[in-house]
Amino acid sequence: MNPRSFPWVRTVCAWTAALLLFFPLFWLGLTAFKTEMQAIAVPPQLFFTPTLDTFAEVHARSDYLAHARNSLVSSAASTVLGLLIAAPAAYAMVFFRTPNTRGLLMWMLSTKMMPAVGALLPVYVLAQATGLLDSLWSLVVVFTLTNLPIMVWMLYSAFKDVPREIIEASRLDGASVGAEFRHVVLPLTKGGIASTGLLCLVLAWNEAFWSLNLTSANAATLAGLIASYASPEGLFWAKLSAASLLAIAPIVVFGWCCQKQLVQGMTFGAMK
Amino acid sequence: MTFTPRPSPGSRLGRWLLAPAVVTLFLWMIVPLAMTVWFSLIRYNLMQPGEHGFVGLENFHYFATDPDFWPAVAHTLQLLASVIAITVVLGVGLALLVNEPFPGRGIVRVLLISPFFVMPTVNALLWKHMMMNPIYGLLAQLWQFFGAEPVDWLTDVPMLSVVIMLSWQWLPFACLVFITALQSLDREMLDAARLDGANRFQQFRHFVLPHLGRSIAVVVMIEMIFLMSVFAEIFTTTSGGPGNESTNLAFLVYKQALMNFDVGVASAGALIAVLLANIAAVFLIRLVGKNLD
Repeated sequence: MNPRSFPWVRTVCAWTAALLLFFPLFWLGLTAFKTEMQAIAVPPQLFFTPTLDTFAEVHARSDYLAHARNSLVSSAASTVLGLLIAAPAAYAMVFFRTPNTRGLLMWMLSTKMMPAVGALLPVYVLAQATGLLDSLWSLVVVFTLTNLPIMVWMLYSAFKDVPREIIEASRLDGASVGAEFRHVVLPLTKGGIASTGLLCLVLAWNEAFWSLNLTSANAATLAGLIASYASPEGLFWAKLSAASLLAIAPIVVFGWCCQKQLVQGMTFGAMK
Repeated sequence: MTFTPRPSPGSRLGRWLLAPAVVTLFLWMIVPLAMTVWFSLIRYNLMQPGEHGFVGLENFHYFATDPDFWPAVAHTLQLLASVIAITVVLGVGLALLVNEPFPGRGIVRVLLISPFFVMPTVNALLWKHMMMNPIYGLLAQLWQFFGAEPVDWLTDVPMLSVVIMLSWQWLPFACLVFITALQSLDREMLDAARLDGANRFQQFRHFVLPHLGRSIAVVVMIEMIFLMSVFAEIFTTTSGGPGNESTNLAFLVYKQALMNFDVGVASAGALIAVLLANIAAVFLIRLVGKNLD
């Protein structure tokens, strides 16, 4: 609040907090390049000769690329599909507002409060009956549905920030709804739409419950890859770290790159 | 907020635009719910095939009188309250810290939000093994370095361990939302207040905190949605134990379904969990709902 008086206090505090929070990830990355002996050495080793053997073993044991592809396809497809369903709904909620709109939004959010475990058995049975068990389709559908309420909410907030004078002007000019969306709303809310997509991509990529329970061999995502290294040999820390690093690296790097975008879009309508 | 009303085709169009989202979500809610209600009223144990007699509310009675039930409710609420309190307080602090320029601010921000991108399973395994292992874990080593007796985190303080993992995961999210909110803080008002002699605490109390109010409500709401049914972190680390010490409702339902193979009781449990979630939702809507318009 008064930056010029204590810049060094702020600098030290912020860097300390950031390094502390990041440290577990740093350590995970470090352990991935150790041998199993070095990984559990007492005292812990900060300096060592890095090895790539762990990655070779992970590569030999499991098909990383197939898991990564499944994660990528299911999260990207569910994000696109979700945006296609959520954007019109949010648009209608803002621009064709009825007295029920707020209740509708709240109802949508409340569907997310149902514990997934509660829906597991029915969904499993349905997936089995339709032959979608262990297929990417089931993941795409489930991810889309679980993220849909959040997407509608975020897009609703984004659309609501469009100054209504602009909308009214375009309506007076006789613009069709399609034109209104493309030429007026879309350019003004690109940022909000992008961060909605980004957040849902991250959530879908990191989803573990449904991907572990609905897939096994064909459609297993990176969450499944990690689970296969978790037990019973969870004590092979170097291999576990290497697999974990491979699983999180794509989305973490992606998140770093889109950080600015995310920071701008995470308003959830809380800004006025 | 009112717009120039379109003629009636507009509202019909509005309904068409809403339809895909409303219909899919409705199906997603009602179909599993109906099936769960059905399962909860019959005897359905995977270990006893063929017996699907109607048992009325017996399954509900069984689940709710299970000695693990009330502890599980309490643990669910404890998790919610602790993680939300920790992430909101620290999140506001961190967001304020990085809201002003200082050397390396961009890198600090990237480092701060990184844990949010980590999958829950990796988060859980990382903390369970490399951080909290009582012999080789870094925390044990740190404790020993200072001459203290290492803590067997997952056995001695299972709830605290889960709270630490979840807070580590959700703090960056809270931080992100607060950083976003602070960007729209009116600097001139703050400067004026400072010139009038308001100290830092007064500035925070009277300008910054009210400005963050809605964002705090949003963070509470979203974290509540996700934390109410925390599963992966508990499944991967403590498996609800030792005993029932870190079993929340979601995990208790899972235990009934997939460890006791009792679909009927598990479904009853799921419905009870849904009911409790909806009670919480009503309070939430009272609390947060008016902030959404």
